[in-house]
Amino acid sequence: MDIKDTVIRLSEAYGASGREDGAAQLALEMLREYCPDAEYINGNVTGFTGKRREGRPLLVLDAHLDQIGFIVTAVTDDGFVKFSNLGGIDRRLLPAQPVVIHGTRPVSGVICSIPPHLSKGGAGVPEYDDTAIDTGMTGEELRSIVSPGDAVTFDVKCASLAGERLTGGALDDRCGMAAILYALDLLKGCPTKYDVAVIFSAQEELGERGAAIGAYALDADIALAVDVSFATAPGEDPEKCGVLGKGPMIGISPSLSREVTNDLIDTAKTAGIPWQPEVMNGLTSTNADRYSVAREGAKTCTVSIPLRNMHTPAEVIDLTDVELTGRLIAEYIKEA
Amino acid sequence: MEQLRTLLRSLCAVNGVSGDESAVREAVIKEIDGLCEYRTDPLGSLICFKKGRKTPEKKLMICAHMDEVGFIITYIRDDGTLAIAPVGGIDPMVAIGRQVRVGSAAVPGVIGSKAVHNLSKEEREKAPEWDALYIDIGADSREEAEKYVAIGDCAYFLPDFTELGESRVRSKAIDDRAGCAMMIRMIQEGVEYDTWFVFNVQEEIGLRGSRASAFSVDPDFALVLESTTAGDIDGVSGQKRVCALGKGPVVGFMDRSTVYDRELYRLAFDTVEKAGLPCQTKTMIAGGNDAGAIHITRGGIRTLAVSLPCRYLHSASCVIDTADLESSYRLVRLLSEKVQEA
Repeated sequence: MDIKDTVIRLSEAYGASGREDGAAQLALEMLREYCPDAEYINGNVTGFTGKRREGRPLLVLDAHLDQIGFIVTAVTDDGFVKFSNLGGIDRRLLPAQPVVIHGTRPVSGVICSIPPHLSKGGAGVPEYDDTAIDTGMTGEELRSIVSPGDAVTFDVKCASLAGERLTGGALDDRCGMAAILYALDLLKGCPTKYDVAVIFSAQEELGERGAAIGAYALDADIALAVDVSFATAPGEDPEKCGVLGKGPMIGISPSLSREVTNDLIDTAKTAGIPWQPEVMNGLTSTNADRYSVAREGAKTCTVSIPLRNMHTPAEVIDLTDVELTGRLIAEYIKEA
Repeated sequence: MEQLRTLLRSLCAVNGVSGDESAVREAVIKEIDGLCEYRTDPLGSLICFKKGRKTPEKKLMICAHMDEVGFIITYIRDDGTLAIAPVGGIDPMVAIGRQVRVGSAAVPGVIGSKAVHNLSKEEREKAPEWDALYIDIGADSREEAEKYVAIGDCAYFLPDFTELGESRVRSKAIDDRAGCAMMIRMIQEGVEYDTWFVFNVQEEIGLRGSRASAFSVDPDFALVLESTTAGDIDGVSGQKRVCALGKGPVVGFMDRSTVYDRELYRLAFDTVEKAGLPCQTKTMIAGGNDAGAIHITRGGIRTLAVSLPCRYLHSASCVIDTADLESSYRLVRLLSEKVQEA
């Protein structure tokens, strides 16, 4: 499996929260290579790597399908598209931001901004109510293509940076999905300690809603939430961040299973896989929070890929971390 | 019309921040070579003389600027990130989270900032300072970064020319490659009267190139081809719209740098009326352009600006209506002849 190609294809697929269809169809196709019976149900893409075996614990690998974005709330008579957010977005980056509206066909646009010539020292950070998307179309033309409820995503392509680094608009959490797919690739033909299920879950950015129903449906014994976390960067507190290229961040938190955390750390050490701790003091703000308390509860941990500029069109990862995360997961699952 | 659009598209793909316009100049020369006399002045402006069918008594100069707003690398940090300063007036909010290209090798990078999750409530509601933004080219150390870039290199918004709807386009650098495209087209099509065409440098950092080139050319009249702020967006009404897309070229009476020649202003509106072309004026005294430097050069030059209405000026996503490009071009052709006949 070509990790870089997989990350780019997934990141350039569209799938804002609650509107994951584009990314889900691609994910389904990719997952079926390892889980031929994989399905796309209730927004989540789910599959088992083999037949369930009596007495074997079930391990669930989760990464979320959705990316942050916007949702159309109205189309004005003079052809502007009013919108609100899907997930937490830095409103400071809205002005003049290129976007794509996913109507009956994709429509390119740009978020309006007041230029500096007119704003006398800055127009201030816009509220959603005060801004709109400019599509270059009339209201009438637009209404035949775009309706309230349509999703909007950043209009951005991935670009390779120096070394193994990559920028893109939906690396959160498509790189997590790629890491899971890579783990499955490494596990092909290997005996495993657990039965393995994979879920690419919807609506994480709206409060882990896809994982809420997916966790119920799968009923995991162990769950790993493979997501992204903050990487050191200018302005970020290094004590609260991972470092790009230094391997997966293994979660340590009162809400996570200490046993799984320690097993993951031991696995990394034994296999010589670089890793980093990510210490939290309660909930993790990832899908892990759902798995740990679904049904009778599950032993849960987070495995995070460090990422810069989270929730912007300019997210940055190091592909080495995706590879190392996939390896760690595969080693953890493999029968010794 | 198609040729103008194609020219605009290809010129917008070229990178040329103020003081670093050589790639734009080369692109212009490629289009006009063999069609006129030209030379590059000491600052880098391209001064062209196009012989017409007639030689007028008075000398006309038409000009536009080659430079675009962008960034300059001021420092390379130990962690391999690049400190930047804006070149020209850029709102930091149109820079955060954008892809850029750095230096003549167009090294890909992004403008990073602290993640929204880690911003304080106050920080979320305030435009960031340039000190808080940086370019990340993926380098892990200063040594690695220095393999790709050097202090003093310029960085550019990502060229991403996109059609919007029937007739509008979205791109970086429309300000003022649209003016450059119109001048190239005039040179290619030929002119009635001898005309000087000047492709200026350094407009965005304070009308520097035009000051020197206007002195050299020493014309009687100047027509400045520009792009100007259109505020006709959702939620903005009346006078604050300044000018609007689709309503033709903008001929202002005054902006922050110039009170325009009253007779030329009237001549422009007289011309559009007779020709049945759309035209509009600006409803606010805002902005400025090379006219500010030109009209007070030497003993004074009678100057008018013809501008293309443009939304989201000075961002990676300027939006214009190509119908305005066409009507601006027709006005400039007519007006240049009228000026020389007068």
